[in-house]
Amino acid sequence: MSPSLSIKKPRSGPMADRIFGWLAKGAALVTLVLLVAILATLTISAWPAIHKYGFSFLTSTVWDPVQDEYGGLVMIYGTLATSFIALLIAVPVSFGIALFLTELSPAWLKRPLGTAIELLAAVPSIVYGMWGLLVFGPVLATYVQQPLQAMFSGVPYLGAFVSGPPVGIGILSAGVILAIMIIPFISAVMRDVFEVTPALLKESAYGLGATTWEVVSKVVLPYTKTGVIGGIMLGLGRAIGETMAVTFVIGNFNQLDSLSLFQAANSITSALANEFAEAGEGLHQAALMYLGLVLFFITFVILSLSKLLLSQLRKAEGAKT
Amino acid sequence: MNASTYQAARVAKFARRKRVNQVATFLALTAMVFGLFWLFWILLETVRLGLGGINWATFSQMTPPPNDEGGLANAIFGSFVMVGLATCVGTPIGIMAGIYLAEFETKSLLASVTRFVNDILLSAPSIVIGLFVYAVVVSRFKSFSGFAGAVALALIVIPVVIRTTENMLQLVPSGLREAAYALGAPKWKVIMSITLKAARAGVITGVLLAVARIAGETAPLLFTALSNQFWTSSLGEPMASLPVTIFKFAMSPYENWQKLAWAGVLIITTFVLVLNILARFMTRSKA
Repeated sequence: MSPSLSIKKPRSGPMADRIFGWLAKGAALVTLVLLVAILATLTISAWPAIHKYGFSFLTSTVWDPVQDEYGGLVMIYGTLATSFIALLIAVPVSFGIALFLTELSPAWLKRPLGTAIELLAAVPSIVYGMWGLLVFGPVLATYVQQPLQAMFSGVPYLGAFVSGPPVGIGILSAGVILAIMIIPFISAVMRDVFEVTPALLKESAYGLGATTWEVVSKVVLPYTKTGVIGGIMLGLGRAIGETMAVTFVIGNFNQLDSLSLFQAANSITSALANEFAEAGEGLHQAALMYLGLVLFFITFVILSLSKLLLSQLRKAEGAKT
Repeated sequence: MNASTYQAARVAKFARRKRVNQVATFLALTAMVFGLFWLFWILLETVRLGLGGINWATFSQMTPPPNDEGGLANAIFGSFVMVGLATCVGTPIGIMAGIYLAEFETKSLLASVTRFVNDILLSAPSIVIGLFVYAVVVSRFKSFSGFAGAVALALIVIPVVIRTTENMLQLVPSGLREAAYALGAPKWKVIMSITLKAARAGVITGVLLAVARIAGETAPLLFTALSNQFWTSSLGEPMASLPVTIFKFAMSPYENWQKLAWAGVLIITTFVLVLNILARFMTRSKA
């Protein structure tokens, strides 16, 4: 134990620090480069189709690899219609779940129930797909589609929605399965933003004699409005980009003859999943790339909006505390 | 208006408010049950239909032609290789970028833009990643390959790891950092042996979640790794993976293929859920 007084040189000088800093910065730049590269690559690969069709690609319903004629409206419609149905189901349910988890559930149940809902998001989409095709589809056909058809078949307008073969494959099944898949995302965001509502606000309302529902609908919801919309957008972005589950159940049939929700249809993602590996190089592939670009663009816009709305809530929260 | 009718109106209003509240509460409970119902239904069917296909042959034999005996060995191996490689490539990049966001320039423009872009990539459609890798790797080398599949999966790992690493590093109290700086430690050393170590459990959680996410990913592999009926350990050739094999087999009319697909679904679901639950336990013991 002899204390040595000799001053050692630091084993690593500022050089090591600088290299470490560069590495970290480089890694951060990878994500930026990745986004730009994805956009650029898709645009370049899709160029033959963009050049030939321009924006009329988005409004044409012809998709004919044999004639080498392509238009994306059928797939875009399928993607939007299924996502819309998904939101229609998922938003109220997620709201209910978030309400239950933040205001009603006993404290000891919050964690397990929240985890269970989050696990719903962890289940791989291919599992949803196979389950949807082989288990859920037939059930939906017998217990939902056939009764609906019997009820509405003669009714004008509504009848058109329920026409078509009730076999459990098509826009409705895809929409329902998407709804199940995005419920955990939307409800997780809603739960988190509900929890940022200051306890003081809520307790004041309770103190005035407000019921749970009044507190949620008149205090929590107005306070977290932007966050809730952000969460819904996030779910929408997920639904639009979801591939495998939709591919299994949507039927992969390029039609836009009827408004029927029971009819097999196609979505951007399932067209890509089914056709891309077999598409020959040339216009077919370029058209699929164009679809991919449209998909990426739509999700990019929606997710950016979602992010902006969510960060606005955070900013407001920061300003108040 | 006299006092008693006023009183009656108040009571009626109160009863109405209470009724509305009861209905809302009941609906919230229903929504909760509705959400859980799907989870249990899916898990139940997966186990019920998958158990029949699980036996030793499932893990030891190759994927069979239609109407023949076989297993999923090559698909499981392929998934294992590609997921492993993707994790090894994606994790260091993700962690370094997370360090940059949390420890270097937390408020700079580059950091805000990176954070924004990262959140978008986190939720971006995975099939677009597949298209990208196809254009960059597959069409350049003129061949579908396990390597391309691993690249696609690695690109999905990165945003997940960045996000969790940044969040976890921000939870480390700055007193720890300052104490280390006060002792004269250089920045890289402070980060590597103090903050990153303190946030270790959280960072590992992020990696586990990333593995769970890519283990079930099918879309980015469809036109990068494609699939392969045979055993291959060469990354330059098309490589089978469990999700793509399930996709192919589930869509087929052959009974033995469907049985194997259910077995594969059970294997993947079990793996992914176990990883998720494990990850949750790790952060809970920390918190």
